[in-house]
Amino acid sequence: MSSHNVLVSDKQCPVHCRDDQYYLLKSLFGQNEQHTVGSVFLYGTTGTGKSLVVNKLMHTLQVPHVKLDCTEFYSSRVLYEQVLNNISMQNSDQDSSNEAQSTPMRCDNMNDFVKLLKSTIDHLDLTNETLYIILDKAERLRDLDSNVLPATLRLKELTKCNVCVVLISEIVWEKFQGGTGLLDPFIIHFPDYNKDQLLEIMTLDTPEGYTREFYSAYCNLVINIFMVVCRNLNELRHMALLNFPKYVQPIESGECTHKDSRKLWRNIEPHLKKALQTVYLREVSSTQWEVMQMDTGGAVVPATPSHTARQSLELPFYSKYLLIAAYLASYNPAKSDKRFFAKHSGKQSKRKIVKHERTSNQLLGPKPFPLDRLMAIFYSIVEGKVSATSNIFSQVTSLVSLQLLGQIGKDVLEAPKYKCLVSLDFIKQIARSVQFDVVKYLYDFI
Amino acid sequence: METLDAVQAVLRERMSGLICPELLGFENETKTLHDVIERTAAFGESNSILLIGPRGTGKSTLLKKILDDLNKDKRITRNLQTVYLNGLLQTDDKIALKEITQQLELENTVDGRVFGSFAENLRFLLDSLKSGDQLSSKPVLFVLEEFDLFAHHKNQTLLYNLFDIAQSAQTPLCVVGLTCRLDVIELLEKRVKSRFSHRQIYLFNKQSFKEFVYVFQTYLQLNQDKTIEVKDSKFVKKWNTEVEKLAKESAMLDILRRQFNTNKDIRALLNLMVIPVGRLSHTHQYLLSSDFIDSFRHHSIDSKAAILHGISVLELCLVIAMSHLNEIYDGEPFNFEMVYNEYRKFSERRSSMQKFDRAVVMKAFEHLQQLELIMPLDNSSVRIQKEYRLMALLLDKSQILETLQKYPNCPTEIKQWAQSAVLT
Repeated sequence: MSSHNVLVSDKQCPVHCRDDQYYLLKSLFGQNEQHTVGSVFLYGTTGTGKSLVVNKLMHTLQVPHVKLDCTEFYSSRVLYEQVLNNISMQNSDQDSSNEAQSTPMRCDNMNDFVKLLKSTIDHLDLTNETLYIILDKAERLRDLDSNVLPATLRLKELTKCNVCVVLISEIVWEKFQGGTGLLDPFIIHFPDYNKDQLLEIMTLDTPEGYTREFYSAYCNLVINIFMVVCRNLNELRHMALLNFPKYVQPIESGECTHKDSRKLWRNIEPHLKKALQTVYLREVSSTQWEVMQMDTGGAVVPATPSHTARQSLELPFYSKYLLIAAYLASYNPAKSDKRFFAKHSGKQSKRKIVKHERTSNQLLGPKPFPLDRLMAIFYSIVEGKVSATSNIFSQVTSLVSLQLLGQIGKDVLEAPKYKCLVSLDFIKQIARSVQFDVVKYLYDFI
Repeated sequence: METLDAVQAVLRERMSGLICPELLGFENETKTLHDVIERTAAFGESNSILLIGPRGTGKSTLLKKILDDLNKDKRITRNLQTVYLNGLLQTDDKIALKEITQQLELENTVDGRVFGSFAENLRFLLDSLKSGDQLSSKPVLFVLEEFDLFAHHKNQTLLYNLFDIAQSAQTPLCVVGLTCRLDVIELLEKRVKSRFSHRQIYLFNKQSFKEFVYVFQTYLQLNQDKTIEVKDSKFVKKWNTEVEKLAKESAMLDILRRQFNTNKDIRALLNLMVIPVGRLSHTHQYLLSSDFIDSFRHHSIDSKAAILHGISVLELCLVIAMSHLNEIYDGEPFNFEMVYNEYRKFSERRSSMQKFDRAVVMKAFEHLQQLELIMPLDNSSVRIQKEYRLMALLLDKSQILETLQKYPNCPTEIKQWAQSAVLT
């Protein structure tokens, strides 16, 4: 996530637009020998600089610290061992090399962890300085054993050492509380960046050969388009840098100058709109995007719907009909089968069918159906005679393995049940290729 | 300045809970507990007692003070052995047993490690404890913090054995349990409950506002009770007078009263002091009421509103769509398709904003899920596609409307949509 660490340090504050939080944390931590509060909790939306501020501060203060990401902790044992081994690894170069602990420590419960932590701190002579344990994505700690979070917050009290635990998360503190109560940490909120601050930070990435004002004007355009959808700084920076070569292409090829902002805008606008639907969604990787930009040259290909990859799927003739039959079985109630698929459906009730928007099957999702029903609908919609050979049934299985159908339930032999997993747009495309009007058969569209 | 560093060091130790200057109230309770432990230590009586009180009322601090007081008597230090157990650390009877054996330094402990299986260790410990009698064995004090967690162990073996030995005339044992659950007795099994002496001390925070201000003052003043914490006595005298003046200022009392009305807990008060103490420097040598006002404002930020402030306009539209769905259908859960349908109706009919693709809206929806503003209702047994999974919105309509007031550059059409009465 922090792959674009190009932020240049300023004389006032090493982290841009985060002065308040940086100085607050600095005054909170104080001198290296002094005690800090037992635990600190930092929270804010994605991309607000929480990890960055803490990292810079640790670097400036030069205190012993351990930085870990809680996503790696699939069990509490990993947490304990990582903390202990990281502390010994980072500080063992201060000892003579033959004393260094070469074997990693093993620890699987909180009791041993507290003891080993204390002995490691004594052994490595860190008793004078505060040891900071920084845990990113701290909301994952809630999923470990129930004693991990309360004990971690009380680590200072339990080890009787100068330790401070810093938790970083996007979730508010109220969601962490539970059980019989926790020791509340010192909470700091990281507000989101406003538009000017975003512009200021993105301008720091100015590539070589261009002025800051020029890049700033370009970033302004990017922000205006993307800000409605996303205010995450990382995404915006990535989008700006990725599309910049396309933006300056007219200048490089000599078609216009720096000042011709209208022409540059007209060139880049459709590309940014297209990027919103492809690279932003990561349907296309960044390298593929760059290649696509070079290939199209001046002409702009209109944005195609996102399932272009799916469309290239070519199914055999009967499989298409099976899929359409499955869609109809999933999205039509069983009672309506008679009027759609039977040759002589008898008298239709003159009463209007009352439909609520809420009970529309399109909104509720596909329903499971038994194999018999699928075959019945299939026989009625397909043209010509089809015999029930194993070929047909094996095509049903291959649709399941393509994940176009989903199998429900454990009973595979007696009465297998399926569900159709494709969307309406996709089925319309398939139906169009066999010239079948699927909308006419859907209950919701009567 | 060296003096200021020393002042900061002392105050920081107090704020992290390592040192407690004075414990107000609880004189009767202190006396009772003191007597109980002293009788075990000096006369070999066996006792069991529970200290019950909500979090932050001072149970551990009280016990610590009593033990410090008792340890001043040489006779007791020579005789009494203490074992400290904590329910958060010893999550299992096996671990608890190992810990007890280590702390008592019994013969099956070699170099801090205990050998043998759980059954062997238990047998050895029980034999050692049962073979003593009132006259010839040393008394042992067991301190069990987070006592209610021990009641969740399998068969409550540890508790049963401890209370059993405390009841019979064997090694003099004193079991002191500290817990925050007021109904802890209900957690004990019948056989454990009958062996427990049912002595309970309840600690409740009954401080008045005046006592609250007094506690505030004692936490900030230095060199009390003739203990020299900072050497520069002239500075300390001036400091103490400044703190007294501060505690009488009306702005300060106003802040303290607001804090008292919200949360009487001493820990919340210490959290309030963190920012002002952090600001001390040679340009800012004494604590001012403006520091405390800033600190109070820092702590009264509404966290959910702050998070809502940072979401994008599209995500805000989705939140408003969900809130409308909740109103129309009386709080029934919804899924992504319904929300997208609602959003599309808005963007086609009433909005001049750009229309967004389904996939872009899905990404915004997933971001809201990541921030835990919406959560799936639990149905992990059946696998459902993510567009059709039923969700619930964890926000109130008033929170959403409040956010819209403060949201930067909020388009007016969205504000109007949010405030419009929903037509069925």
